[in-house]
Amino acid sequence: MYKYDEIDQQIVDERVAQYRDQTRRFLAGELTDDEFRPLRLQNGLYIQRHAPMLRIAVPYGMLSARQLHKLADISAKYDRGYGHFSTRQNLQLNWPKLEDTPEILADLATVQMHAIQTSGNCIRNITTDQFAGVAPDEVIDPRAMAEIMRQWSTFHPEFALLPRKFKIAVSGTKDDRAIVQAHDIGMEFYTDASGKIAIKVWVGGGLGRTPILGSVIREHLEWQHALTYCEAIIRVYNLHGRRDNAYKARIKILVKALGIEEFRKQVEAEWVHLKDSPNTITGTELARVAKHFEPMPYETLPAHDASFDAAVSSSPAFAAWVKRNVHAHKASGYRAVTLSLKPHGKAPGDITSEQMHVVADLATQYSFGELRASHEQNLILADVKLSDLFAVWEKARANGLATPNIGLLTDIICCPGGDFCSLANAKSIPIAKAIQMQFDNLDYLHDIGDLELNISGCMNACGHHHIGHIGILGVDKDGSEWYQVTIGGKQGNDASIGTVIGPSFSAEEMPGVVEKLIEVYLKERTDEERFIDTVRRIGVAPFKANVYAKEGADA
Amino acid sequence: MSNLITLKNDVANVSQDDWTLVKLPPSQVEVRKQAGKVVLFSLTGEKTVTDEQVANTAIPVAGKIIVPLSVFITRHSELANRVAVGEVGVWLATHELLESLIENQNDINELPIIAVFVERFADGRIFSLGNLLRTRYGFKNELRAFGDVLRDQLFFLKRSGFSSFVVRADRSAQDAIASLNDFSKPYQGAVDEPRPAFQRYNRSA
Repeated sequence: MYKYDEIDQQIVDERVAQYRDQTRRFLAGELTDDEFRPLRLQNGLYIQRHAPMLRIAVPYGMLSARQLHKLADISAKYDRGYGHFSTRQNLQLNWPKLEDTPEILADLATVQMHAIQTSGNCIRNITTDQFAGVAPDEVIDPRAMAEIMRQWSTFHPEFALLPRKFKIAVSGTKDDRAIVQAHDIGMEFYTDASGKIAIKVWVGGGLGRTPILGSVIREHLEWQHALTYCEAIIRVYNLHGRRDNAYKARIKILVKALGIEEFRKQVEAEWVHLKDSPNTITGTELARVAKHFEPMPYETLPAHDASFDAAVSSSPAFAAWVKRNVHAHKASGYRAVTLSLKPHGKAPGDITSEQMHVVADLATQYSFGELRASHEQNLILADVKLSDLFAVWEKARANGLATPNIGLLTDIICCPGGDFCSLANAKSIPIAKAIQMQFDNLDYLHDIGDLELNISGCMNACGHHHIGHIGILGVDKDGSEWYQVTIGGKQGNDASIGTVIGPSFSAEEMPGVVEKLIEVYLKERTDEERFIDTVRRIGVAPFKANVYAKEGADA
Repeated sequence: MSNLITLKNDVANVSQDDWTLVKLPPSQVEVRKQAGKVVLFSLTGEKTVTDEQVANTAIPVAGKIIVPLSVFITRHSELANRVAVGEVGVWLATHELLESLIENQNDINELPIIAVFVERFADGRIFSLGNLLRTRYGFKNELRAFGDVLRDQLFFLKRSGFSSFVVRADRSAQDAIASLNDFSKPYQGAVDEPRPAFQRYNRSA
């Protein structure tokens, strides 16, 4: 993974000094709440329901074992001994003290980490596929470009105060796992007809209050121009995006208002001036950064391992875990492993300091000292030998990290919700827990099969509810908490936004509602169909009919 | 005490302001300055400065003045002689269109100063305006930021081509100078240093 040189280190060190002084001025009364807000937000610090929340950047989800050990220490020292992985591959601390945040940032800087631009109206952490570099369907490893874009976007002076937050995702695989269509800019890397790296550029996607999938603004962009083309897009947005209404300030609203044709025309007109300017990426720079992402020194291994095969046949529990949590790998004899942060009945994405140390040790021992966070809020060991899988499983299982539910109904994506977040209309974690307990039967779960259930506590959609096969949105009705259900959303190349099935439900009703949706699926499905396929084939009506069957009249 | 910081050869100083800022009289019409320009102008044609305001703006008869863009355009014949001797600068607000200045002024370097008014700290349009004035339209003279200008914008303003800053009256300009140098080696190319770090330094380490 990328390692800082003196220039990178100096920037994070100077950021710590800058933020320390900003905090000092705030505490001394030299900055008002309103003046400090944009400053602290650009450093990931929210003021939440109970305490501040600090969001630490995990660039494109990559972490080293050393960094995770440090995060464990920080969450033990400054928080309550746990952290929360978010849907944007970042780590959030829920209980730090405002006064401690400069010190936390100083600690982070010692392991080449920071909280720069993890919040606020600026270019946020750039996200990508958690299997980047190891996925068999990968065409181009997008991490070097993601790192180049991270550096370019860090304190970009022209885009320091945009109308609203700005999220970029990059992907280099046939099957999109980075949801490029749900980002302000999505960059899909591919090899063009002449064998060169090119980018298909999507713009104006986003979830939130107004969920919209992005439009293609350019089918073919040579990689050298990635930064200048983004500058053209963001300049048009910075100048013309709405600033009068926060709910209409995302780039998707501008793209929609102008139409993609007109928006493209303006961006291209701007790009005429920016193309080939000094921010054009050089081959030398791409090569320098790409060196940090070269394939690991894999051993030459056969495709099969006898001890692994034996363990699978003798241990059904191990076999179930292998089926769900172990993924194909480019290199023969290697696998990627997802450590589930979704044990049933716990807050999805939460991890204790002790577990962080365990994962870091696993990474050191079995996966070249690196790991990744996924937008599904799990952790990944990307390079594990087949022969080591059983040992990894045993240790993970002993530490509550081996729930065999990846991609299943209980692998719920969930925002912190009303328990923590001051934006939320309703709690989300208790709903996730209740659903997990309702389906706490592994055979039944595996029979239901692939199903993505996403929960957001408000329409800001941090829990990506629009693209969940089943999406749950917390809403406020006259001061009480209700839940609106959508079905038929999907991430990936054939992404779609879910359809609301009808009037909302109380928290107590939610596990039963999900059960009723599953009943219809189990009754209607063909042999090959996943839940989403059945919804797409038969439509929303049969599901709606079953859910509202009894209390339909007075709902 | 003046709250004007001027940047000369990368050295910042608090200095006396020899320009008089000409303000528009208050308007009775509600303006939606934070709405996007495209929405406001291109789609609706709505103006944010009224004809009355322009007509009623009091222009001092002598001295160096910075006039509002709308006044500069509409009352240009009144000002032509003074423009010729370098006594007139122009200011615009972040929601105004730079293009209307360019269309109405053949040589913008005839203006010794252009100032941009930022009403709210969080309004980052000012950075794009500075960038465009310097890189697209080749403006070489003093480029000033005024309004809700606080020290934590200064680094970005400097990088976007601004050369003077009127810090908000209730804050110390002297203290603010320190923030001009918050970061020593920024990553990306911008107006003040067009080359990104990967062009400026040998990073092959």
